[in-house]
Amino acid sequence: MSAAPVLALRGVSKRFGAVQALTDVDLEVHAGQVVALVGDNGAGKSTLVKTIAGVHPIDEGSIEWDGKPVSIARPHDAQGLGVATVYQDLALCDNLDVVANLFLGRELGRAKVLDEVAMEKRAKELLDTLSIRIPSVRIPIASLSGGQRQVVAIARALVGEPKLVILDEPTAALGVEQTAQVLDLVERLRERGLAVLLISHNMADVKAVADEVAVLRLGRNNGVFKVKDTTNEEIIAAITGATDNAVTRRKARGAEAVK
Amino acid sequence: MSDTVNTPPQPQKPSDSQESTKDQKHAPVDADPDAAAGAIPAIDPRLLVREQGFAGYLTEFKRKIKGGELGSIPVVTGLIVIWAIFQISSGRFLDPSNLSNIAQYIVGPGLIATGIVFVLLLGEIDLSVGSVAGLTAAASSVLAIKQDMNEGLAVLIGLVGAAAIGALHGFFFARIGVPAFVVTLAGFLGWSGLQLFVLGNTLSLNNISGGIIYHLNNYYFSDVAAAYGLAAVAVAGYAWSQWNEHRRRKAADLPHRPMSELALRTGVVAVLVFVAAYVLNQEDGLPLGLTVFVAVIVLASFVLRRTNYGRQVFAVGGGVEAARRAGINVVWIRISVFTISGFLGGLGGLFIASQSGVADSNLGGGDTLMLAIAAAVIGGTSLFGGRGTPWSALLGILVIQSIMTGLYMEGSSSKAVQSMITGAVLLAAVVLDSVSRRSQKAAGRA
Repeated sequence: MSAAPVLALRGVSKRFGAVQALTDVDLEVHAGQVVALVGDNGAGKSTLVKTIAGVHPIDEGSIEWDGKPVSIARPHDAQGLGVATVYQDLALCDNLDVVANLFLGRELGRAKVLDEVAMEKRAKELLDTLSIRIPSVRIPIASLSGGQRQVVAIARALVGEPKLVILDEPTAALGVEQTAQVLDLVERLRERGLAVLLISHNMADVKAVADEVAVLRLGRNNGVFKVKDTTNEEIIAAITGATDNAVTRRKARGAEAVK
Repeated sequence: MSDTVNTPPQPQKPSDSQESTKDQKHAPVDADPDAAAGAIPAIDPRLLVREQGFAGYLTEFKRKIKGGELGSIPVVTGLIVIWAIFQISSGRFLDPSNLSNIAQYIVGPGLIATGIVFVLLLGEIDLSVGSVAGLTAAASSVLAIKQDMNEGLAVLIGLVGAAAIGALHGFFFARIGVPAFVVTLAGFLGWSGLQLFVLGNTLSLNNISGGIIYHLNNYYFSDVAAAYGLAAVAVAGYAWSQWNEHRRRKAADLPHRPMSELALRTGVVAVLVFVAAYVLNQEDGLPLGLTVFVAVIVLASFVLRRTNYGRQVFAVGGGVEAARRAGINVVWIRISVFTISGFLGGLGGLFIASQSGVADSNLGGGDTLMLAIAAAVIGGTSLFGGRGTPWSALLGILVIQSIMTGLYMEGSSSKAVQSMITGAVLLAAVVLDSVSRRSQKAAGRA
């Protein structure tokens, strides 16, 4: 990875009143890379995501986008940069059809009159390139299964041509087969050269699609692992704080040596 | 995980699309090895495929009925039944004079009901429209008659006032967070009080003979050409919009309706419109009131289905949180919808005043509000938000007015029977709405 990361957090801290939610967190996501963000409940995953999405501005540290420092104070800023966030509760309108949901808030058309044909065409192209299969783009969201809704929500994030897609627990509520569909889709996002930040509790999912795993513990970095040469146990140890193992010790030694 | 148990691939015809919807829900999408292998055109048998031609139309229709998407079928059926019963029992229900009469009576309550449709689409309720209608009629009449103001200006002030009242309700609901039910209940009481206050000790004001309010619901374009001309324009416009969409979808290589279906739809619309024009011409000609009412519905329908604004109204009605995250200004949408409701309430009030000949203290009171809400619901607009169309105001008020007129012709002018029957019809409509929602859930469509 020679190019500058799409997104880099440097020493980010965030405080809510007396609670120090994030302390000195670093994170890098490159284009065409899936980074899984894992951690126990309350580790700061959601807070970190919200700082990137602009919901909570950071207190300290800096955010770099394509190597240049930027400030993200509002959700609008994040969208402007090219960050698309798919939250856990998908926030789709059940009564509207798939096309209407994909383009909700950024409808195509002239002079406030909708161009349904153009939207349906682009919707089909988008779903085809992602190999998403749904019964029809003209049926209400209410008639789709959980997995199909999830892929529609992800596809919706892509309508704005983002560079970084943040997925908050995309497989949490899904069955085995539906999870597989969503993981397939995550891989396709990577193939398209997007940077993906995947938040997950599920080690199997993380091992299946992620390139790197960033572990948060109690609001601090607790190691970044290459998925290829890390075992589940090592990651879980980092999550739970059972850090007294060979990996962390060697890392610590290496760090000391550098100093 | 019962969802993921492998169901064998379905060796079914695409025509069996009702089945395929269900299977789609339960079968894993990539269970079909062919589908997985072929990223190429091979159409997945479980996808909803519309057959071309009338056979496909019929299948689609059956699927919708089974899935609980009844649309306006129940109300149209009900209307036909009601008309048939009264025609058989009285023998003159379908006379042009009676139908013309009905066409005059539906305008005022129908306009109020159109405003209610907007509010119901948000999943809210507006209880104040009757009082707003009465206040608008009273205020306009008082300004024009007692204050000697130009009548056009008085009407304009009345309508702007009605819109402002709606906006005020919307503000309290959307900004302050008071439930719409309570805000508009307060409005219901307050504005009818203001109506009495405005009227003062003159409890009833006759319309200025030959004035604007007088003409609103009593003017007829008596030239036969007017009704037929408007009918021709309407059919041509409908055919053009259908054909235009057909052409664009075909050019974009999207599924489109076959020409035969276009011809059928246009034919049905043409028959309906020209029969209506013929009937009206048998009597006084094309009524101004009905023209305004239908024009308002066409405009409202266009706004709701074809514009950004309409899409946003449906989105807020379907899921406030989703709409907010999509960047929709929920507060503005809510305030604007209540403004529309208030404006149409006021407009309806003027038409009711025109039709009854007076603006008095009773106008907008009594069951005006309840009938307007009932009309919207009977017409098929859901009380639960996000589903409905302005046309349901027309269909619903037609049903209610037909029952009233029919019973009156039967000689039972007492309100007792009217109210009981209208109540039963309303209950039936709401039961249908609830049941259709349930079967939509069962078919995975709600």
